Amino acid sequence: VDLSLSDKHRELRDEVRAFIVEHGHKSPKLGGGRKRPDRKALDWQKLLVDHGYVARTIPREYGGYGAEPDVMEAAVIASEFAAAGIYAGLTNQGISMLVPTLLEVGTEAQKRLWIEKTIRGDIIWCQGYSEPGAGSDLASLTTRGVLEDGHFTINGQKIWTSSAHYADMMFLLCRTEPDRPKHEGISYLLLSMRTPGIEVRPLRTMTGRAEFNEVFFTDVRVPEDQIVLGRGKGWYVANVTLKHERSMIGSAEKMTTRLEQLIALLKSNGLLGMAEYRDRLLKLQGEVIAWKAHNLRLLTESAQGVDSGVKRMIVKYGGTMLGFRLASLAVDALGTAGLPFESAGEDAEDDDATTWNIDYLYDVGLMIGGGSNNIQKNIIAERGLDLPREPKVARA
Amino acid sequence: MDFALSEEQRLFADSLHGLLADRVTIDALRSHAEIGSGFDADLWNSLVELGLPGLLVPERFGGAGLGVLDAAVAAEVLGGAAAFAPFAGSVVMATLAFIHGATEEVQDAWLPRIATGDVRFGVGFSGNGGRVSPAIDAGAPTHMLVYLLDGTALVVAAEHASMRSHRSIDRTRPVTDVTFDTARALVLDAANAPLATMQRVLDAGRIVLAADTLGAAQHMFDQALAFVKQRVQFNRVIGSFQAVKHQFADMVTMLEPCRAMVWYAAYAQDALPDEARLTALQTKAHLGDVGRDIARMATEAHGGMGFTDLLGLHYWFKRISFNRQMLGGPELCREEAARLQGWIA
Repeated sequence: VDLSLSDKHRELRDEVRAFIVEHGHKSPKLGGGRKRPDRKALDWQKLLVDHGYVARTIPREYGGYGAEPDVMEAAVIASEFAAAGIYAGLTNQGISMLVPTLLEVGTEAQKRLWIEKTIRGDIIWCQGYSEPGAGSDLASLTTRGVLEDGHFTINGQKIWTSSAHYADMMFLLCRTEPDRPKHEGISYLLLSMRTPGIEVRPLRTMTGRAEFNEVFFTDVRVPEDQIVLGRGKGWYVANVTLKHERSMIGSAEKMTTRLEQLIALLKSNGLLGMAEYRDRLLKLQGEVIAWKAHNLRLLTESAQGVDSGVKRMIVKYGGTMLGFRLASLAVDALGTAGLPFESAGEDAEDDDATTWNIDYLYDVGLMIGGGSNNIQKNIIAERGLDLPREPKVARA
Repeated sequence: MDFALSEEQRLFADSLHGLLADRVTIDALRSHAEIGSGFDADLWNSLVELGLPGLLVPERFGGAGLGVLDAAVAAEVLGGAAAFAPFAGSVVMATLAFIHGATEEVQDAWLPRIATGDVRFGVGFSGNGGRVSPAIDAGAPTHMLVYLLDGTALVVAAEHASMRSHRSIDRTRPVTDVTFDTARALVLDAANAPLATMQRVLDAGRIVLAADTLGAAQHMFDQALAFVKQRVQFNRVIGSFQAVKHQFADMVTMLEPCRAMVWYAAYAQDALPDEARLTALQTKAHLGDVGRDIARMATEAHGGMGFTDLLGLHYWFKRISFNRQMLGGPELCREEAARLQGWIA
């Protein structure tokens, strides 16, 4: 164990600090993601791309910075931006999921067409995966894609589609080979959200905001060459991204920030003098210390190319539970002062504003989205601890 | 930046583990529990051969000159084996008391003898006068190291102290009341910072107990996992039931970050002075809580067998319970963390 930075990383840290001093005033405020990025956010994103603080390892021919992969560099950059309270760049499904997928399995033409525009924020993607009947059991999806005359004709429905109301493009999983076993009958298509036959209906959540949408497809025609990798390969393509998933560089910083805000809240409310509140805060502080250290361990293993196995699988479950408990204490500390409608943020004029109440509600969604906690626990137990799978129940 | 154990640390842990696997069998544990002194001369001598007592003693005094992280790595292995050997007090706290709070001359007189295993310290903290209750590693020490409230450190030979050991919940380690005449004690010189030195020694002890709990909890978890993979009921191994799987998912989600936490806090003692105190207190508190949950759930996963003496799992359960209370339970540690951060007076 040695937490000091190497010369190379210290130089990078100093460079990032100097960048923040010079350009930090141009940063949009933190948060966001529920609206299309505005001019300010796009200018900032392009500045970050040009300096290699985002898309750092994307090859230059696709518009990136072309650096060798180095998770420590990513961690140094993330931690400097977090410490300065500066926006670290767009985080959307195009950047985090589609781009690494195309890099691995896309055609040269697809890479040249989409990657640069996506990392610069000029094209926003949404992900067409979940369906009303295919949530945790995603491979049971039934949206059909029928190939005829050089086009796939899509019919069906997607749900929980974040940013579909402003996205330009969608990466879609649909069933193109209905006669094949369920995992082998799926294809991964790229399509414009302006294609005729697409209807987007906002879906209001318990936070009071339209966090995501339902998307309906009626005879939507997608050119055949907009498939990634090939017919029936969609399940494989969707899973390619998972290997690239980097532990929790961002969320460990976020947890620390949240804890600091929570401490400030309890101080200002005078609640640190009450043993019950104080002990809850202290317990959460202990857990944040543990998860931060755990993140350092994952980071090291990732840099060494070690597969962290169960150590990585516990992060989503543990992290979302801890996040909810942090927000819960904040809401309890606010007491009745947190109850008025406005403070819950439901009619906040700025759709990107966040409050403890919104975090408290939104965190419930985080425990469900991207693999609910019960599914996470199955994954931890079966893949992480090698416990046997549930016996299959015979079909009725 | 490198947040992983070194090759040397892993090798040392492996050789300690190998030695304990031979020596601390379940039968050995049972027979030691009849004596319950927490000290066994044969086991101690083989630990001396491995260099364990001199782990933190500087090289010029015949030790390995390693740090609190190395001690934590060893403690995890000791806890995993439920080894009946003095360590947190005798090897770690006493050594650090001499390193940080004694003159060169006194160090020269004592540290080499710690490294050779010839002296073994019980360590305690005294409210008033010469009465110490309860002391750690004090079942069969050669000497006592006692801290007074103001940070004064006293060393007294065991034969000049009145020692009363009681069997504890952890039958392999006693709790000991000590009374002695301060006039017969050697006073260590911590220069101008006796309180800070005492806290440093105490915090190192807390981290080592937390690491011991980590090892014990990991052992119980591993045993329980192996059990549910082979136990069959309703024509299925019970580990295929989702209720059981989810309990194991909960356990590993609690337990695994604890290992990084222990490393971090231990590393902080020697390398990150600003974070040393808070991480020590929080780590002792957190491992106390997680240890209890793991001990309970791992026992439960074994069904009736877990509750029996036959299986012996209870030695680890009790070790975790013992560690939880010694040197400050979770609530006390967290209150101290609150004072440290200025949250309360």
